[in-house]
Amino acid sequence: MTSARDDILSNIRRSLGVTGAERTRQGIVDERIDRAPRGVIPKRGQVSGRERLDLFRAQVEGALATITEVASPDEVPAAVAEFLRGHNLPATIRRGDDPRFAAMPWAETALEVSQGVSEGRDLNAVSHAFGGVAETGTLVMVSGPENPSTLNFLPDNHIVVVEAKDLQGDYESAWAKVRRAYGKGEMPRTVNFITGPSRSGDIEQTLLLGAHGPRRLHVIVVGG
Amino acid sequence: MTAHPTSPQFKENAARALADTQLQRALGNVRSGFIDKRQAAADRLPEFEELRDQARDIKNHTLQHLDLYIERYEAKVKAAGGHVHFARTAEEARALVLQICRDQGARTVTKGKSMITEEIGLNAHLEGAGITPVETDLGEYIIQLRGEMPSHIIAPAVHLNATQVEEDFRRVHTHLDAERDLSEPVQLLTEARAVLRQRFLAADVGITGANFLVAETGTSIIVTNEGNGDLTQILPKTHIVLASIEKLVPTLEDVSQILRVLARSATGQELSVYTTFSTGPRREADLDGPENYHVILLDNGRSSMLGTSFEEMLRCIRCGACMNHCPVYHAVGGHAYGWVYPGPMGAVLTPTLIGVDKAGHLPNASTFCGRCESVCPVRIPLPKLMRHWREREFERHLTPATVRSGLKTWAFFAKRPGLYRLATRIGMGALALAGRAKGRFAWLPFADGWTKHRDFPVPQGGTFQARWAQERAKRAA
Repeated sequence: MTSARDDILSNIRRSLGVTGAERTRQGIVDERIDRAPRGVIPKRGQVSGRERLDLFRAQVEGALATITEVASPDEVPAAVAEFLRGHNLPATIRRGDDPRFAAMPWAETALEVSQGVSEGRDLNAVSHAFGGVAETGTLVMVSGPENPSTLNFLPDNHIVVVEAKDLQGDYESAWAKVRRAYGKGEMPRTVNFITGPSRSGDIEQTLLLGAHGPRRLHVIVVGG
Repeated sequence: MTAHPTSPQFKENAARALADTQLQRALGNVRSGFIDKRQAAADRLPEFEELRDQARDIKNHTLQHLDLYIERYEAKVKAAGGHVHFARTAEEARALVLQICRDQGARTVTKGKSMITEEIGLNAHLEGAGITPVETDLGEYIIQLRGEMPSHIIAPAVHLNATQVEEDFRRVHTHLDAERDLSEPVQLLTEARAVLRQRFLAADVGITGANFLVAETGTSIIVTNEGNGDLTQILPKTHIVLASIEKLVPTLEDVSQILRVLARSATGQELSVYTTFSTGPRREADLDGPENYHVILLDNGRSSMLGTSFEEMLRCIRCGACMNHCPVYHAVGGHAYGWVYPGPMGAVLTPTLIGVDKAGHLPNASTFCGRCESVCPVRIPLPKLMRHWREREFERHLTPATVRSGLKTWAFFAKRPGLYRLATRIGMGALALAGRAKGRFAWLPFADGWTKHRDFPVPQGGTFQARWAQERAKRAA
């Protein structure tokens, strides 16, 4: 008996009228994967500097998240504390071991900071984004001990820090950045594109925030 | 839940749906919400139409080289430490899932929203083997409690009203205070969140579908708004991705093109809240994520669609825009279609999956208004494909005798234009005369299918052809 794999592949080839061994077809596929051509890139994101940051801000807010800017990494803990205070939330946060966090003056705030994954009991999490995409106000998160993926989904309130220099205009530029960090054709285990807080429209098409993931998403942009 | 189709009873289903006041009220949400939101999102992006062309071309290119992209994809998944399994049929896919669950000693599995698992009837199969499947998408959770199938591919509970959901929650969540207030939708959401949070944390295996599979990197992609798909795949020890073979795309750039039309076409969002790219199991330094990562690639008849007129259907990215814009779907909802996929995309896909003998009514349940094709992000010519099914149905003598003889009578006149014009002129004249007093007919012979639900207007003036000739003569002069 032939395997399911062989059967499916040979049925595809029969339907397409090919053998699978054609050099030209192989070449077309290899080239496509190798060159990864960009298609149509919306003009909207093709701006830089302040304009790009403004677009990012507007799109983040359009996705029902909140956003603030700080001048340097040193100001991040205070901005986190202020957000929590503003929403009457306990001054506790959970975060990963991202070295950018380790360098920040958490002790200057009253925040109680713990480190590691979330097991579902944390109210607030702070993550550092790998980048962001201004086109749609999307945060680009990569998995790893620096920023465990569970922090993106289990806590009620998610605070994400992103450096202004890591913002891109479009998804394609974000992928270029991923390739520079991980190598062509390689990916971290998980890349999360996050655009706004969790929501559902499943009950009478009414938009409700905080379905299974965070009810609030707050973005802190550093060094704009 | 059942994969047993009631599509052969489409007419009875539709009649019942039209008389169901709860359903008709809920369907008002489809008519009012989706259409305006999609249009607004498309209007905000000047490149939208160009991106639709891109999405179509990317899918076409991939389908023409599908065998090779599958091989490249498989190699990358394996290199990342994942497993790839192939299933020719629904039965093989069910067996593979069950085997993986048994190897893990699984008792409960959580599920992200997946139409493929509906297609193969996975939940019933797992339950039969003593494993509890828990749907975690809010809409899917609700219909699982009710033992129903989804009525829409992205809004599975769109046929329900909040009061019905409240009744179900009170019936099932008996551990909670019976006096609690559930009058607001947000209270229903909060309750489901709390109940399902426990399920997420306790699950042994998480099963998701995939919106795309990327050959370049061996990555599976899910797109959600709730975050349930992510909790399904990062918390349990084992993640199973169940995807059909046409989900392949070549590169991350290609996915980015299609993502720009997917959410805008579906819900009118710029991008869905969570777009998640998963590649293999957790890495050595990772503190969370699944330890085992399995992909099951399902064919279930799709490879045979390649090279036929139905190949174009394999471009479908399951956004739901076709049903959101369909007057037939608006009138009868998704359950009337009688199987997993409703609306125009279901009318084309269902006959290929369960046979035109069972699903022949579906491609006939169309007004051919063309709105589905006009909004399809990958430009599938849905009306044309429905017509192909009608032709096949006719060729195979599956069309009812009355319809066949009616078509023959019409064909007799259509082949004789002089006679046709004469007959329609006499017919229209007679109707106009007979209905002169009231201006409408409450009943007409051979037309009670129409007059049962609405009056038939009395013809005003001559036939269309007569007026056409008049207008042309006027313009020429």
